[in-house]
Amino acid sequence: MADTTSATPAQHLSDEDDPSRRDVIMIAAGGFAAVGLGLGLWPLLDQMNPDASALSQATTEVDLSHVEAGQAITVMWRGKPIFIRHRTDKEIEEAKAVPVDDLPDQLARNANLPDNAPATDANRAGKDRENWLVMIGICTHLGCIPKGQAVGDPKGDYDGWFCPCHGSQYDSAGRIRKGPAPQNLAIPPYAFASETKVKIG
Amino acid sequence: MTHTSSYEPSTGIEKWIDQRLPVPRLIYDQFLAFPTPRNLNYWWTFGGILTFMLVSQIATGVVLAMHYVPTAEGAFDSVEHIMRDVNWGWLLRYTHEVGASMFFLAAYIHTFRGLYYGSYKAPREVLWILGVLILLLMIATAFMGYSLVWGQMSFWAVTVITNIFSSLDAVIPGLGTRLVQWIWGGFAVGSPTLTRLYSLHYLFPFVIAGVVVLHIWALHIPGNNNPTGIDVKSTRDTVPFHPYYTIKDGFALVLFATLFAGLVFYAPNLLGHPDNYIPANPLQTPQHIVPEWYFLPFYAILRAIPSKLFGVVALIGAIVVLFFVPWLDTSRVRSTSYRPIYKWFFWAFVVTCVVLGYLGSQLPEGVYLVLGRVFTAYYFLFFLLVMPLVGWIEKPEALPGSIIESVLGPEEAPQATKRSALRRRAQEPAL
Repeated sequence: MADTTSATPAQHLSDEDDPSRRDVIMIAAGGFAAVGLGLGLWPLLDQMNPDASALSQATTEVDLSHVEAGQAITVMWRGKPIFIRHRTDKEIEEAKAVPVDDLPDQLARNANLPDNAPATDANRAGKDRENWLVMIGICTHLGCIPKGQAVGDPKGDYDGWFCPCHGSQYDSAGRIRKGPAPQNLAIPPYAFASETKVKIG
Repeated sequence: MTHTSSYEPSTGIEKWIDQRLPVPRLIYDQFLAFPTPRNLNYWWTFGGILTFMLVSQIATGVVLAMHYVPTAEGAFDSVEHIMRDVNWGWLLRYTHEVGASMFFLAAYIHTFRGLYYGSYKAPREVLWILGVLILLLMIATAFMGYSLVWGQMSFWAVTVITNIFSSLDAVIPGLGTRLVQWIWGGFAVGSPTLTRLYSLHYLFPFVIAGVVVLHIWALHIPGNNNPTGIDVKSTRDTVPFHPYYTIKDGFALVLFATLFAGLVFYAPNLLGHPDNYIPANPLQTPQHIVPEWYFLPFYAILRAIPSKLFGVVALIGAIVVLFFVPWLDTSRVRSTSYRPIYKWFFWAFVVTCVVLGYLGSQLPEGVYLVLGRVFTAYYFLFFLLVMPLVGWIEKPEALPGSIIESVLGPEEAPQATKRSALRRRAQEPAL
């Protein structure tokens, strides 16, 4: 507390004024305070991440028996719309006819396949069920819901989906073809539980 | 701060306070006796108007928060409850809603005023930077406040704008997605998102108030700029703030408040979008998402650029570039009134901002998309090319010798030298 240079007895002067000793105390105290600050800050930041109740809404089972070819349904999974389209033969052929090299995003974006799987129609459609397409119905640009599910919706130039917000167009395999969106519509983890039931998540 | 204190406590209690916490001295020196250039025009009244708007928004906001329910299920209904059931709820909510528009109107005029008269130039760089910071905080606060209504436009505005951060996936894969989920508190915009926006919407106005104090402090160190852009040279160039500018600011505030009240009482929804009276629906995006009018120019810039990442970079850059204006402008004179070439570029920039606002309200197709790109290009070229180059090339017109000379003419101003009298311009107002 007191002025160390004048109030301390002479024999302690060398000890008190040793700069390396001060530096060690300074660095140790400062480092300890920084660690404490970081530990204190983490709960304040991490509390914003999805909580246990959000994480628990993991799976949804959907009955597809009433969805005819050419029809589509939208279901909710983790608060997101899931597009399920029963594709027509024409839509499948159109999607297959496009070479992968011509696509803006050449990755399948399929959570059921490796990250580097190419965006072929087979890698986008259901496994062994190429007439089914299951996707997260959120535009990869800024998160709008593309049009193309309901009868009479605009489907864009590629028989797929059209995002009304900024004009992104997806083809009949949900791949980005035109507009500002950087990626194909994402495919969630899912599996067919039976001929007419699909389990998402 | 810069001028010597002329406060003299007369009564015993004033002397007692003055030796302990001299708040009366501060108020007297900074807001009553403060020497202010005598030639300030009505464009200088928006600082006072903005202070009034901040107080108005905080006052109405605090009482609205007493009735608002920040949950995805309750938010929209509670806003309707405020409108229909709460005593004077319609008035409080419309005043707050229209108030946001009026706040931005005044802030934009205030910013263009500073830009025209070179109020950002030395020694006022920090003052300008604090102003841009306030604008940035206002943008964040207004955005969060708009989301609280939880109508269709609210919901989809939050969705689109928070998704902007997912563009970071193009830099480090996965980072953007993690960041967006952290902001949302889930896998989509929902109740956890709404409650945090509400918490921060309540906090930010007080942060703004803090930066406003620094902004006024930074103003009172060099003192006001003025329409001629030349420095105050003698006490004859200034008048005390009170009564001269308390009256002038007060009169302008009355006119502004008349417009404000006119909108609140006769056209409260004129500036809003009808779709925000539809409750939020996460399964259906409105055909046409548009932000409030005060964000339209920035929205046009976002959509003008065909890449997601660079669209976002341009959107953020459109504000961030303002921080660098003090160093981008190379001109020797402050006021655009004396800059024959720059003047044209300046007004072209004002027109650009208005046109971008219009384009932001249209679908980004065909001619609108092309125009959006042209005007976005000019927006940035104005700052990055015109400001440095024109200031360097241009020969400014002759400046008046002093502020008093610009007001009274050189004959009436004994301090004015003969040389500056010769430089006097014919169109200067003579009293």
